[in-house]
Amino acid sequence: MSLKIIFSGFGGQGVLMMGYVLAYAGMNEDKHVTFLPSYGAEVRGGTANCTVVVSDEEIASPIASSPEFVVAMNYPSMVKYQNMVKSGGTMFLNSDLITEAPSREDINLCKAPVNTLAHDMGADRSLNMVMLGIVAATTGMVSKEALLQAIEKVLQGKKQSLIDMNQKALEAGMKYVADNQ
Amino acid sequence: MSAKTLMRGTHVLGEAAIRSGCRAYFGYPITPQNELPEYMASEFAKRSDGVFVQAESEIASINMVIGASATGARVMTSSSSPGVSLKQEGISYLAAMELPAVIVNMMRGGPGLGNIAPAQGDYFQATRGGGHGDYRVIVLSPAYGQEIADMTRQAVDQADKYRTPVMIRGDGMMGQMMEPVVFPEPIDPASLPVKEWALTGAKDRPSRIIRSLWLDPPKEEELNWRLMRKYEAITEEISDQEAYLCEDADIVIVAYGTAARIAKGAVHRVRSHGVKAGLYRPKTLWPFPGSLLASMSRDLDNIVVFEMSAGQMVEDVRLSVEGKCPVTFYGRPGGVVSTPEEISGVLTSVSAGKAKKSA
Repeated sequence: MSLKIIFSGFGGQGVLMMGYVLAYAGMNEDKHVTFLPSYGAEVRGGTANCTVVVSDEEIASPIASSPEFVVAMNYPSMVKYQNMVKSGGTMFLNSDLITEAPSREDINLCKAPVNTLAHDMGADRSLNMVMLGIVAATTGMVSKEALLQAIEKVLQGKKQSLIDMNQKALEAGMKYVADNQ
Repeated sequence: MSAKTLMRGTHVLGEAAIRSGCRAYFGYPITPQNELPEYMASEFAKRSDGVFVQAESEIASINMVIGASATGARVMTSSSSPGVSLKQEGISYLAAMELPAVIVNMMRGGPGLGNIAPAQGDYFQATRGGGHGDYRVIVLSPAYGQEIADMTRQAVDQADKYRTPVMIRGDGMMGQMMEPVVFPEPIDPASLPVKEWALTGAKDRPSRIIRSLWLDPPKEEELNWRLMRKYEAITEEISDQEAYLCEDADIVIVAYGTAARIAKGAVHRVRSHGVKAGLYRPKTLWPFPGSLLASMSRDLDNIVVFEMSAGQMVEDVRLSVEGKCPVTFYGRPGGVVSTPEEISGVLTSVSAGKAKKSA
């Protein structure tokens, strides 16, 4: 099985970290993973995106032309990627910033107010991990344990103090899916 | 740190070089490889036995490489296409003086300043000399994160073994992408064989001279023939490729680096539709590993060469195959990255007898 996902949003929403943590978790589960951040003539406050592939087999192209999953953290990202999602795939939308729906009938939508959810738990900046929890619970790409471990690995050292909050945010996202099924 | 770690390609290059005993890095910034000098600067700042210099230009940095190499150090420089053009004079000098060095080119779209997207337009530059005079450089082409680590070790070792510059060719995408990597155990530079030619101070021994100026033509000719014998030995000893699903193949796609990964995806796709396709991936671009391809080509209906360029390696494929099999070229120059879907379309139409022209 090979699953591709694009994370997108604006700079500062932790879009790259979502992808990095997911890829790290996949590696912890001994899967093949690639993490490809967008690079180019990026501007501060502009869009950010990354592509992650998690696969049981060797990964050919790390680029996703029709990914199974797309995470859009803001409206421009939804507009940019809505037509790329594979038919039957899922688009995850941050409903705090995206009020319109994509103009497609053949994909699943998963809307969640991740800004609000993060704010309510006193962790405004952890909205990315809330969304990653939602993605993990919905897609089953990697296990919760692997993700919690990945957060610890990625943040250890200088950002040690943020581990606990981010792990709680991930769990809050997973709980949101369980409560809303 | 022999466990698996998730790292971007540029950092893998740096870490693998340091673990291979490289203690000197000279470079000048250019996208998309800046994370490599950044890594070297931060790692060498942590230790007392490394030298990092951000030179005033690419030309200065390659000349610093010459100096460090002449003293026997394992040394690296890196750049991207336009910067590697500037280094060519120094690379020619390295070849002439038979000095080991590792030169990394994370290729971008060209010609000229081009762009910063992944491309493969520097194949001719790397494999046909680039600089002036009769010389070659070993050119290694990794396609996976793990291979970047392994080939960096290989490059450093081969540079010393053959006393010749070695190039590692990646592209912007390979530099940015993170994949799991297991690093080889670090080498202690002190444990390496002593270089009997290095300029280390002539106290208590006869002086040594490293030069590239031979005013007497027979002397220069002698150097040239010595280099050619060395290149013959290199060709014999290190040519390397991956032949994937080629045993029963009717059609084989030849591609290297990032293009080879896309091609492998395409091979899987067309195989699921009954097209017997294989992938031939040169891991050394010079020496070009053509002999296995040549012997396979009699039994093939078609060879497709796919490059992220307007067609450069295709010349080496044609030279190897010598007309024994039709060779079709498909390329996307300028930093455009094809999808496996696009390449499987090319394979399908070529195997159906309809040659598809490059877009």
